[in-house]
Amino acid sequence: MVKIHQRKFISADPEKCVGCQVCEYACSYSHEKAFNPIKSRIRLVRVNQLANMAVTCRLCEDPACVAACPRNALSQAEDTGNIVLDKDKCNGCGWCIEACDYGAMMLHPETKVVYVCDLCKDKADGPQCVKWCPEEALTIVTSDTLAQKARISAIRKLFQEKEEKQQ
Amino acid sequence: MFGYAGRVLYVDLTTGKTRTEKLPQETAKSVIGGIGLGMHFWLTNSKAKVDPLSPENPLVLAIGPLSGTMFPTGGNGHAFISKSPLTGGVAEAVSHGTFGTELKRAGYDAVIITGKSKKPVYLWIDDDNIALKDAAHLWGVSPAEVETTLKDEIGDYYIRVAAIGLAGEKQSRIANIINDQTRAAGRTGLGAVMGSKNLKAIAVRGTHDVAVAKPDLFVEMVQDFHERMKGPAAQKHRTLGTVQNLTINNTLTCLPTNNFNNSYFLDAGKINADVLNEGYVTRIIACNSCAMRCEHEAAIKEGTFKGTMARMEYDNLWAFGPNCGVANMNYIIKAAERCNYYGMDATSVGSTIAFLMDCHEKGLLSHEDLEGVDPHFGNEKAIYTLTDKIGKREGIGEKLADGVKVAAEKIGKNSAELAMQIKGLELSGYDLRCLKTTALAAAVSFRGADHNRSGIYAVDIRGTVDRLKAEKGSGKIVKDHEDIYNIIDSLIVCKNAKGTFDEEFADMAKLYAAATGFEVTPQELRQAGERIQALAKLINKREGLSRKDDTLPPKIMNQPVADDGAAKGAVVTKDELDMMLDDYYEVRGYSKDGVPTDAKLKELGLEKYAKEN
Repeated sequence: MVKIHQRKFISADPEKCVGCQVCEYACSYSHEKAFNPIKSRIRLVRVNQLANMAVTCRLCEDPACVAACPRNALSQAEDTGNIVLDKDKCNGCGWCIEACDYGAMMLHPETKVVYVCDLCKDKADGPQCVKWCPEEALTIVTSDTLAQKARISAIRKLFQEKEEKQQ
Repeated sequence: MFGYAGRVLYVDLTTGKTRTEKLPQETAKSVIGGIGLGMHFWLTNSKAKVDPLSPENPLVLAIGPLSGTMFPTGGNGHAFISKSPLTGGVAEAVSHGTFGTELKRAGYDAVIITGKSKKPVYLWIDDDNIALKDAAHLWGVSPAEVETTLKDEIGDYYIRVAAIGLAGEKQSRIANIINDQTRAAGRTGLGAVMGSKNLKAIAVRGTHDVAVAKPDLFVEMVQDFHERMKGPAAQKHRTLGTVQNLTINNTLTCLPTNNFNNSYFLDAGKINADVLNEGYVTRIIACNSCAMRCEHEAAIKEGTFKGTMARMEYDNLWAFGPNCGVANMNYIIKAAERCNYYGMDATSVGSTIAFLMDCHEKGLLSHEDLEGVDPHFGNEKAIYTLTDKIGKREGIGEKLADGVKVAAEKIGKNSAELAMQIKGLELSGYDLRCLKTTALAAAVSFRGADHNRSGIYAVDIRGTVDRLKAEKGSGKIVKDHEDIYNIIDSLIVCKNAKGTFDEEFADMAKLYAAATGFEVTPQELRQAGERIQALAKLINKREGLSRKDDTLPPKIMNQPVADDGAAKGAVVTKDELDMMLDDYYEVRGYSKDGVPTDAKLKELGLEKYAKEN
């Protein structure tokens, strides 16, 4: 099993996300040749005009979705940590949807089985939402890079504040 | 059909019956979508001289062939079309956000709403299931709160809502229809039409795929426009926003100030784009599918109005700012926010308040009229108080709630001389005296005084033409711009993205073909723009408007620009206006009275309307 700090997933920066939903179109078009947000594996949430952020699968350690499935239809891929569905076993009961804290598991409107971000594993140029995001708000990260980024940003802010005070 | 949903929904509020019809391919090709489609359906579903606030006046909601696709700005627009209670002519207003995308996915290109409900209702379009639901509990509620409430009630947080506020319920002729919290189909009083039908809101959920005819080419174009939108063509909108126009107009002494008594605002520096962006703009957000995101969300961070938030653009900032002589950003944002709350067009509200201030300073109002408000130019408290009173139609607000034209009739005493309106619609923030090609465009605009029917101010301001000269040839320039704008509003793409189209008609024809599979030449698309213009003129003619209504407000013609600078002393004389009108009508193929000739109608494939002329 891939180690947690090597597991890559897609993260949205709420400071950069403008709520344009281009990621949803890119996802539904590249996976299903259709413009339709309800077939997108990444969904935009606009809580209000000031709070925008796209959400998708975070490839958790010990994923709750996998644990919740009573039919063993879900598993986590050894090499990537992707959540993998065995379509024949899924009956669309929705326990995994209930279990996921991020709303990343969804029931497909046509196939009636669940679907989730696959990190565009079959695309040579990687996740299409990341490629299309006009604001560069989406990036492929590991939990390590997230922590690194957070540290750097916190320290930058600290020193900026110091400089401002000195001025 | 590709691009188009291929269906039209008819809703009769009187009987509660609904039905769908196929969208005829020929209709789609002929008028494209958006305002073109809306005007076509309005004209074919109404009788001449209909009272705009009667059940017989249809309210049409229309989207374009790009709605619900990934094309940046093209995915997200919708238009409302009707007869305007403000102008008596065609009413149309386009809004963006996310609402239009949902309607496309629900499977409709247009919704034609007729009749009047006995009690307040909202229209719930859930894919194929159409219902009229009780809206008693939503009556009096702001559009933003209606949206929140309906999401909870229906139990689906991805529904989209367009709603009226209190102003629409009270049939204020400057009421608008708001969607996505901060976006508005703003001008010409469409909110009053909706209110007159007892229709509080339209909620939509659509789950169908949207397909285009040539997906590979289409997505390639999307990618190309994403790049263009990161470049200089969208720079203004991506950064400081439309409020930049304030400084530009002030520099050219064409910034209407104190209800056009001045054309230069001394305090412009206190409310310019830098002040707005540095002190107030908290986030810049995007409409659905857009890669240039321009919606500047301004929030007040401290003081009495702490927490107030409004989308700020040049238009609402100008209307409450310079036009009322106000240089207090907090009050300007608060007034703009109140307009969203009551569901009113900020340009019209600000202009009506500026008109009242002018009347007051010229001694046309009695002490009793004013009810303790002191509406002198520069009184920031007055813009706030009066906006509230207009929203509620309370006290003096009753006089003002139907715009300047009606307010002038109620106040009398030659106050009409101070009313800055054309066809009943209040002017926007461009001084027509010293932007003379813009003056022609405003005079002939089918929905009344407005810069958004041609965007022609750009040629005056950039110096493409001599802005202080009324010249032959301006008719052609105005026509060309109008034709492009008609297509922009029918496809629908965003006017702010106009600069990203290298060659408008060529780019748009290619885009239209990629989406719909209908091959059109740039010339044919241009002709569709002309056809849509003619349809609007036919509506206006049928409803009683003519050359006499293609005119300018008294101040523009009689009161010279007072401020120092190149524009000092400028007016547009009656002779200049007549010369420009003749020039314009000739280029358009219209009669001297401003109506499309039979020959022109035939050329445009509108011969069935020829006899009625």
